[in-house]
Amino acid sequence: MDEVMRGRVWVFGDDISTDLLSPGAYAVDPVEVRKLHVLESVDPAFASSVRPGDLLVAGANFGCGSSRETAPENLKALGIACVVAGSFARIFLRNAIAIGLPILICPDAPLIVDTGDEAEVDLTSGMFRNVATGETARGEPLPPEMRQILAAGGILATLRS
Amino acid sequence: MAMTVAEKILARASGRSRVRAGEFVVAEVDLAMTHDIFAATVFDTLLDLGVEKLFEPARVAVVIDHFVPAPTAAIADLHHRVREHVERLGVGIFYDAGEGISHQLLPERGHIRPGMLVIGTDSHTTTYGALGAAGTGVGTSDMVYALATGKLWFRVPETIRFEFEGEVTAPTSWKDVVLAIAGLIGSDGAQYRSLEFGGPGAASAPISGRLTVANMAVELGAKFGIFPADQATAAYLGEADVDGPRPDPGAAYAATHHLDLATLSPLVALPHDVDRVVAASEVGDVPIDQAFLGSCTNGRLDDLEAAAAVVAGKTVAPGVRFLVAPASRTVMEQALASGAITTLVEAGATILAPGCGPCFGGHGGLLGPGEKGISSSNRNFPGRMGSSEAEIYLASPATVAASAVAGKVIDPREVTDG
Repeated sequence: MDEVMRGRVWVFGDDISTDLLSPGAYAVDPVEVRKLHVLESVDPAFASSVRPGDLLVAGANFGCGSSRETAPENLKALGIACVVAGSFARIFLRNAIAIGLPILICPDAPLIVDTGDEAEVDLTSGMFRNVATGETARGEPLPPEMRQILAAGGILATLRS
Repeated sequence: MAMTVAEKILARASGRSRVRAGEFVVAEVDLAMTHDIFAATVFDTLLDLGVEKLFEPARVAVVIDHFVPAPTAAIADLHHRVREHVERLGVGIFYDAGEGISHQLLPERGHIRPGMLVIGTDSHTTTYGALGAAGTGVGTSDMVYALATGKLWFRVPETIRFEFEGEVTAPTSWKDVVLAIAGLIGSDGAQYRSLEFGGPGAASAPISGRLTVANMAVELGAKFGIFPADQATAAYLGEADVDGPRPDPGAAYAATHHLDLATLSPLVALPHDVDRVVAASEVGDVPIDQAFLGSCTNGRLDDLEAAAAVVAGKTVAPGVRFLVAPASRTVMEQALASGAITTLVEAGATILAPGCGPCFGGHGGLLGPGEKGISSSNRNFPGRMGSSEAEIYLASPATVAASAVAGKVIDPREVTDG
C-alpha cells in the first residue's frame, strides 16, 4: 500500500449509506455483480465510469448503516485507491481497515475539490491536496494500530502471518 | 479510576484492571454471531485460511433470519451451505429459518448476560445492550479473525450518558424515545462512542423498550448502547438478582443529556434519514402504500399488542398493505395466545414469517418506485426497503398501525381517541 496516492476525484455528500454502496437486493451476489450497483441511485454513471486509482471524497458519516463489508469491498473492487471523508461510520471504518482499503478522515476535503479534479492524499501526514490549485486540507491520520493492519493488507493478512 | 460500563466491559474482556477511552485493546469475545447473509462467506474464508476449528464452538451463534423463507432457489442453496458449515464446525448455538430474528432470539433464549462482549456480523448487534452487555457489529473479515482466535481489537469508546426522567405513556413508546434522541443528537451524534442509559426513567423501561432503544443506538453512530443491568434485567433472565457492571460514580462522559420522557409524543422520522424527526401530528398529508410492523427494532409481543390495541375493531385503509412480521416463533405463539394476531388479521394485516425480509430490502414486502411506506424498523435510507425512489417513514408500532388504518401517516392518538 502506498502512503501517498494521486488520482482523479469523485465527490459525494453526507450520509452515504451502506445501502447506497451495497444495495440489499444484491446482498449475496458475487462482487463482480455488486460493484456494478455502487451508488447507482446517486450517480448512475459512477460504477461504469470510475477508473482504478480514483479517489472518493465525501462528507460526514460515510458508510452509515449496516455492517456489510461488501460496502468497502465493492469500492475496492472498482479500484478506488482511497476514501477521504469528513467522518466515517464506525463499522465502515473497521471494515475498510479489515480489508485493506485506505481511508482518511478530512472534513475540509470536499470543500477544495470537484468531481474530475486530480488530488493527492498522504496517509502519513493526513494532508489532502488539489493538484491543480495547490489548495490543501489537513486530515487526521489514522492511529498507528489501524495503519499497521492497513499496511499488512488487512486483518486476515495479519492472521496468515 | 472511575469507569463507564463500556470501559468496564472492555477492561474485563482484555484482562486489564482499567482502560480509558481512546486506548486500543485486544479483547476476548464472549459470543460471536453471524447470520445467513454472511455465514457462508465467513466459514468459507475460514476454510480457505486452513482454520478447521472455531475458537470455542459454544460461544458461536448462527441464525438464519434474513432470507426467511428462502425467496429463491439460490438462497435455499445458500442456507443449505450454512447448515453444512454449522454441522461440520459444531456451532454451539444455531437457529434455523423460522425461529426468528437473531437480535430477538439471542436475548429471548438466554444467550445474552450482563457484562458480556458480543460481536455480530450485523450492525444491530448493539441490541444486546438492553441486557447490560456490550454488543457491536463487525464485518466478515473481523468475524473470521475472531472465530479463529477468539479475540479482536477494539478502541475503547468515549461514552455519552442519557439520564431519563419521567415515564413513557401509551400510545407514546420507547421507539419514540429513541427517535427523540436521534432528533436531538443526529444520526452521527454518537459516532465511535458508546451510549449509556440511566436515571429513574430507564429503571421504568421494560426490556422490550430497552431492546428497541439499544437496537437503534447504531443509527446514532454508536458502538454500544447499554442499559446497565437491574431488577428488570434479572426478571427477564428469570433470576432473583443479577450481577452486572454498573458505571462508577465519577466516570468520565463525553456528554450527559437529560430527557424527560413525560414530555414526549408520537414521532416520525421523515425520509431519508433517521434524524429528520417531527411530531407524527405534524407530518401533513402523506398517503401510504405499505405499513410494516416488525424487525429487530419493533417486532416483539409488546409491539404487536400496541398495534392490535390501535386497530381493534377497525379496518386497514383500502390500497394499503399492512404487513406484520413477529420477531420470533415465540413472539408469534404469544401473540396468538394473547389474541393480538387475531385482532391484526381481522383488521386486514398480512402475517409474515419471523425474519428480516422487508426491513433490509431483501424480499417479501418491498416498496416500488414512487411508493411511500411507514415502518416500525430502523432505517429509511434511499433503497433500504426496495426501490431507491420509494420513501420510508419510521415510527412506533402504534403509529404504524394507526397509519395503516388511516391510509396516511397519522398520530395514533387521532385513531384511538376518535
